[in-house]
Formats: sequence, C-alpha cells, structure tokens
Amino acid sequence: MSGAARITLLHGGLIAALLALHFVLPVYHHGNMARIMVLASYAVGYNIVFGYTGLLSLGHALFFAAGMYGMGLAVQHLGMGPGAALAIGVAAGALIAGALGLLALRTTGVAFMIVTLMFAQAGYLAILYFGDWTRGDEGFVIARASRVLWGIDLSDPGNRYLAAWALFSAALLASLWLVRAPFGRSLIAIRENEARTVMLGYDTFRLKWAAMVVSGTISGAAGAAYALLFGYAGASFAAVEYSILPLLWVLLGGAGTVLGPFVGTLFMFYLIDLSSGITTAYMLIAGVVLVLLTLFAPQGLMGELRRRFWGWLP
Amino acid sequence: MLKLDRISAGYGAAQVLRDVSLSVSAGEILCLMGRNGAGKTTAMRAIMGLIPLMGGRVLLDGAEVSALPAHKVARAGIGYVPQGRGLFAGLTVAQNLEIGMRTRASPPDVLEEVLALFPRLRERYRQQAQTLSGGEQQMLATARALCLRPKALLLDEPTEGLQPSMVAAIRDVTLAMRAKGVAILLVEQRLDAVLQIADRVAFIENGRGGDVVPVEALARDRSIAARYLGV
Repeated sequence: MSGAARITLLHGGLIAALLALHFVLPVYHHGNMARIMVLASYAVGYNIVFGYTGLLSLGHALFFAAGMYGMGLAVQHLGMGPGAALAIGVAAGALIAGALGLLALRTTGVAFMIVTLMFAQAGYLAILYFGDWTRGDEGFVIARASRVLWGIDLSDPGNRYLAAWALFSAALLASLWLVRAPFGRSLIAIRENEARTVMLGYDTFRLKWAAMVVSGTISGAAGAAYALLFGYAGASFAAVEYSILPLLWVLLGGAGTVLGPFVGTLFMFYLIDLSSGITTAYMLIAGVVLVLLTLFAPQGLMGELRRRFWGWLP
Repeated sequence: MLKLDRISAGYGAAQVLRDVSLSVSAGEILCLMGRNGAGKTTAMRAIMGLIPLMGGRVLLDGAEVSALPAHKVARAGIGYVPQGRGLFAGLTVAQNLEIGMRTRASPPDVLEEVLALFPRLRERYRQQAQTLSGGEQQMLATARALCLRPKALLLDEPTEGLQPSMVAAIRDVTLAMRAKGVAILLVEQRLDAVLQIADRVAFIENGRGGDVVPVEALARDRSIAARYLGV
C-alpha cells in the first residue's frame, strides 16, 4: 500500500470512527467526546505553530478567547445570528494572530515565549477590565435561541456532537493538507533549520507570520465553536492555563504529527477525568503519568509510533 | 561575476573582516585559505547577508546584493553550502531537494540535472536525510544548493571529514559546476586538495585580504601558503 493510501486510510478512518461513535457512545462519553473534538481542533491549530514551525507560543489562549468572545459578544451585544457571529469569531482569531505575529515574530526563543505570554495576559486582563461588556470573571451564557444555526439547534447533544465532529474533521483535513503542501514543507524546514531555509531563498518571517495566522484562525474557530456549542464564554478560557493546555496536548500526542493533537487531548482529558474519580489528588496521578510519558515517549504518542513503526506518518 | 569590494564585517562590536576585496569570475574556482579564525566563514556569511556588513559592497553580475535581506541574496543567485551541511534532518532526500527548488523558479529539469551529478542521492531518494552517511549528507547539501541554479556558489570546507571516495565525488561535482559557468568560492584547508581543483587562491590573514595567486604559482612555490597557514 502506498504512503498516500495509508495516510488517507488512517485519517479518514479516524474521522469515520468518530462519526460512528456518535451512534454508540453512552451519554456521558458522548458529551465528553464533543468537547474533546472542539479542544482537539484548538490543539490542531496550536500544532501548526509549535509542532510544524517550531515556535513555542505561550499566548494561544488569546486566539481561542478571541474566537469565543468574538462570537459571544456579537450575539450578546450586536444581536447577530450565530452564523455571522461564528464568522466574526473566526475572523477575530485570525486578525489578532496576524497583529500579534507582526510584533512577536521579531523575537525568537525565550523572548518569543514571553512576548506571546504577555499579549495573552493583556487579553485576559482586557476581558476582566471591560466587565460591563464581557461580565468579567463570571462570563456569560449564550441563550439557547441564539444557538440555532441554519435551523439546527446546537444545544441538542446530538447536533452538538455532529457540529464538533464537522469542525474537528475540517481542522484535521486542513492540517493534513497544509503540512503536505509546499507551504507546510517550508514550515518544517524552518523548524529544522531556519538559517538554512533563509539561505535557500525563503522569507521565513513571512512564512512564520502566515503560520501564525493559520493557527490563530483554527484556534479562533475552535473558541467560537466552543461558545456556540456549549453556550458559554468565560474569562478562564483566556487565562494562561488555556495557553499551556494545547502545548501539553500536542507534546503528549506528538508535536509535528497531524493526529498528535487529537490523541494528546483525548489522553489528557480522560487521564484527568478518570483520576479525579479515584482521588481528589488527581493532579498528582496525572503528573506522574505525564512524567513517565515524557521519559519513555519523549516525542509524544504518535511521534513514538512514527519513530518506531510508521515512518510515513505525517 | 561575484565581487567583494572592500567589505568589513563581524559579530556585534567584534570586527572580523577588514576591507577585504575579491572577485570570482564565471567558470572559476577561487579558493579562500587562511588559518582558523582568519575570517573565511565570516566572509561567506557576510556575502549571504547572514551578518550585516560594516562597510563595503558585495556585487553579483554588477548588481549590489549587500543591501538585500539574506533570502533575497539567495534568490539573486548565490548558493551557500555551510560547514555542518545544515540539512533538514527529518525530511527525505526528495523533500530536501524540493524545498531547494522552490524559491528561484527552477525549471523542472533541474532536479534531473542535479540527480545526474549525484547518482547516490537517486538511490537514497526516499530516505530521511538524518540516515545518510556524512558524505551523502554533504552531497545532499551541495545538491540542494544547486537546485537554486546559482550563478555563484559558496562552499565552506565541503570535504572536511569525508572518506577519499566521497572527497573525489564532491570534487568532480565542483569541477562540473565550474564547467557550467558557475563562479565558485571555496573554503578549503588542505593544500593538496586546493592544488587539484582551484584556479586561483586568495589568502586571508587576521581578517585582511592577502595575496591572490594562480594555483600554478602556488604549486611551484608552496612557501606562500606556508607563510599564511603556518605549515
């Protein structure tokens, strides 16, 4: 079987399996999986910048929150329908990523991490500061009536699952296409050796900026979808924790692998879910498991799979 | 073709090159020789725009390229194979070459031309770059630079640490590029290798340009090299 056929089969198989799970999962896991797919879409966006371009951003919560608040505020204060509000949310993620990229990409390494973190913190504080609009720390609920898109009630668990599935499928396929396209190869070249990439005639600043915009767009789409599907926008999604989480998900699943973000998100979500059912010190269990994984699978789960068995894995 | 007009360059406040002038014609191999730390690699990095010039100009075909950002210097037609090769280790040979081909709108036949020069790479075409031997990696780094169809090629110690068969292969490719009219600036430490391949040799000492001699003159009188290299 050719590499392309294997890749199609694996990624198409995952998408088909997630659709099939819609019909068989018990209610609790069905709800979890919808949430995991939206968060995994966010991780897919993060992976473009971190996994493929090699830029360690600590500010992606800003893009997720931009999508979430772009969507939520458009519904809440501008009276927009969910379709237009969703588009505003996605555009907000893209625009803010573009603006942040222009400034942050003038730095590298630790400075880049700090600059992105500071911008995200500024965004978080702005949400708290403009509490009259955003309802600050409490956040706000998006009314059920505002979550009916093209006649489909997205507050219904079944519809919500399918919408999350559609979002994740689109993000996964876009990511797969992107990293196999010349643009994606250029990003990998930057990750591997930026100086050398410059010497081959590439404008690496422009490429990294484009990666930031694509990543911000996908992250913003995930944030907007989260608000739409789960009916809530809150400042906690703009906090530093939501910049660290996609990093953890991607590291665990395998940075620079298309499936890694999903695997990492799924693993981390259920690790915390299951361990919290055993003890209140569940973060201790989660921490030990994460340390073990880092020791024995430093390239993440899918990264190890690629290193050991599936060299063709994108 | 490639001309360095009184260039000065360095790192931060530390000046390494002072008023160095050189020129390499189309179809010529000029070898740059000097002791460690003399400024040979710095000269190459300055030509590529990887470090800013403190003075002087770099011209390619009469057009100044020293005001351009590094990626535009490469697009203008200067290829650079640095020490350490700088491969994209996680990508295959094919992907490394494809990346090399995109920025100068290389014609479709350039890949065949390059693979004809390096038949070993054709055999390793789907193999990851990090799994290649040192010699094969050097071949790939050189091949990738050739994908840009450069007018001028900078080679920084391309045969360092390679076994004799690989050294011969790299030498043959360098001579083939010269025959195609590429201007080649080569940094090489081994005098015997220089005598086999270069047309002229330029010496550099403490960041300043020294004698520039035809290789025949150097073959007759090796004391010139001894004076600069201390060997």
